[in-house]
Amino acid sequence: MNRSELLSRIFVITGIILAIGAPLVFWTRTPLIHARMAENGGWNPDIIQAEVGKPLQLKITSDDVVHGFAVGQMDMQSVDILPGKVSEITLNFDKPGIYTFFCTRWCGLNHWRMRGTIEVSGSSSDPEPVSVPLYVTLNLDIDAPHDAPVIPSGQPSAINGQQLVTNLPINQSTDYYRANSPYQVFDELSSAVLTESERWDLVASIWKSNTTPESLANGQQLYAQNCAACHGENGAGDGVFADDLAASGEASMQTMTGAENMMMQSPVDFTNPTRMLGASPALLQGKILRGGMGTGMPMWGSIFTEEQIWDLIAYLYSFQFEYQN
Amino acid sequence: MTKIELTRNPFIKNALKSRYPQLAVFIVMLVGYIFAILAGLIGTPVGSHNFSIVFVWIAWWAILILVAVPFFGRGWCAVCPIPLPGEWLQRGAVLTPPEKRPKWLNLRVPKMFRNIWLQNISFLLLALFSSVLLTTPNITGIVLAAMLFAAIGLSAIFERRAFCRYLCPVGGFIGLYSQTAPIELRIKDKQICVSCEGKPCYNGSQAGYGCPWDVFPGGLTKNTYCGLCMECIRTCPHDNIAVNLRPFSADLAKPSTRMDEAFKAFIMLGSAMIYAGVLLGPWGAFKDAAYNVGTSAWFIYAVIFLSIIFVILPGFFTLGILKAKSALPLKQRFASLATALIPLGLMFWVAFSLSFVLTNASYIIAALSDPLGLGWNLFGTANAVWQPMLFSILAPAQTLALVGGLIWSARTAQKAANEVKVSSIPVIIYSFIVTSIMLWLLL
Repeated sequence: MNRSELLSRIFVITGIILAIGAPLVFWTRTPLIHARMAENGGWNPDIIQAEVGKPLQLKITSDDVVHGFAVGQMDMQSVDILPGKVSEITLNFDKPGIYTFFCTRWCGLNHWRMRGTIEVSGSSSDPEPVSVPLYVTLNLDIDAPHDAPVIPSGQPSAINGQQLVTNLPINQSTDYYRANSPYQVFDELSSAVLTESERWDLVASIWKSNTTPESLANGQQLYAQNCAACHGENGAGDGVFADDLAASGEASMQTMTGAENMMMQSPVDFTNPTRMLGASPALLQGKILRGGMGTGMPMWGSIFTEEQIWDLIAYLYSFQFEYQN
Repeated sequence: MTKIELTRNPFIKNALKSRYPQLAVFIVMLVGYIFAILAGLIGTPVGSHNFSIVFVWIAWWAILILVAVPFFGRGWCAVCPIPLPGEWLQRGAVLTPPEKRPKWLNLRVPKMFRNIWLQNISFLLLALFSSVLLTTPNITGIVLAAMLFAAIGLSAIFERRAFCRYLCPVGGFIGLYSQTAPIELRIKDKQICVSCEGKPCYNGSQAGYGCPWDVFPGGLTKNTYCGLCMECIRTCPHDNIAVNLRPFSADLAKPSTRMDEAFKAFIMLGSAMIYAGVLLGPWGAFKDAAYNVGTSAWFIYAVIFLSIIFVILPGFFTLGILKAKSALPLKQRFASLATALIPLGLMFWVAFSLSFVLTNASYIIAALSDPLGLGWNLFGTANAVWQPMLFSILAPAQTLALVGGLIWSARTAQKAANEVKVSSIPVIIYSFIVTSIMLWLLL
């Protein structure tokens, strides 16, 4: 073999090795977290290991549509994950535990199922006691029907109710409010010399006194981001995904273990007084925390903080009560 | 019009005769091709950010259909990397012929396959799956790899470049349209070839290989099957091979008589129209049908696709030329007159490609910096924002291409009709109607 042939072969072989080797080397050295619609696998990997006090650097890309990334119960801005692009996120954990990360964009019908966990190991200098949720303390069966037998003829007004409160010895404590449904309070007021409408106005004012404009605003924001896709912007259970969820039924839940046994229902209508006035804040807390109920409702316990859930609940009642003139 | 012999220029001649410039281009192309396969297989599944989709189906296609084919004919074939590994293995060398050649089967391709029907089929196969192929990187990676291995396999079994000549899905239409290009490789003096002993341009010699495209340069009258590999320039002992600059569409003056080539013209014309309707048109249901390969909607789409190409377009064409008074059999008239559709088809493809190339060209800039979608920013352009380019000139340019194509096709029809001694009017009317449909689809 002459020299020029040998050199040519060396160039050709080097070129081929480089063309195959270089991308493979760089590819294996760039571990990416891939986001796909839940139907196509969700997050991959969906379990990430981390250590307390050690910054966790993540590189995330989307393989299909725009997704978002946020970690539950953590004070962070959600980060958009664009198709074919890589978003870099650095997280710091000061407490060990299992954190849930989730998609923050309405990426598809099963968007709510797009979750993963970050397992943070290490020791915490300040261990926090675990508090038992109120619905557990109260021993509520959150799957049982809770319809209000009586509903108001119009929307109860907290402003009207406020004028009546001063004349009556009514328990307005937070514990009382959280443990009772509006109907229960309405029922307890039956001994007072009031019309039904006045009693409902009173209930509305008690509910209002247990929240603040800031809480309501926060609840509204959480609702718009996380609940409205199914339950609708106005709480009527008619969100953009509602029809699709009903139409796809079980099929939309096939990716979940045990989904075959579940039955899809239409998202709850928060403007329906029979259901909402029969539900206590503690009951709603249970439903939001745990999710399920044999429906497509996801569990939010690992994502919202306790305070966020109470804010959200306060906002949900605003679909029933008139808080302002 | 006269021809200008480019190979008179010593710089051009030496550049073509030497193997090194070509080898340098080959290595770059092969590296790029293998990288495209890898990118398709391991890069981001998002097509618009993956090198394989962006550089193959946007950049390469734009260069091929807007520049290489119209101006250089088979210029792409001259630098295409697909046959190289197979050819090098077959030859046992990268450069000049070695003393001992490896003993591959070296069979002759069976006569029944020595036409472009297999290329027609391979093009249609890709065309029917194109919505998925053109947008899914790993499918693109698999298809690119499959072509590379098919070429290697065919080189091991058959002599010369059997893949390029008989199977390559793009080779068929490049050959057809290369007849319109203003460049050609021809012999200078026929007498020299007639008296040449041993015909090293076809059989090979110490200086180089026999024509890889299985063409005897002495008999070349059309560009269709000359791959511009320049091997005959190296082997001709009489310096009798020239590369010429010539008027556009010079080869079309002598119309073809082959049915495989005639149908290739219809395949290309029809698929440009179908793509314009399905990929660029406002009909979502067509897009869905084309994309959902394997579903019943897709099968209906495939049947309609093939019917348009094999029944409707050639059917109306036949009806148009049926009643012409001519001594020639219909089949021959059909094949000859279909020549008029070659420039028209090319301009249909130019018009169609302009719209998706200009729309998507900005992806090239971003993919250059991050070819695998791994978050790199090699040239600082990874975050270039998508925006259609030269949007204002798109519709005028498309109209110009289509109207120009119609005039070109009418001129070609007149020449072809002259050859077979029939009226060119039905073919011109036919071209006018399909051009109007294409204009409506695109604008």
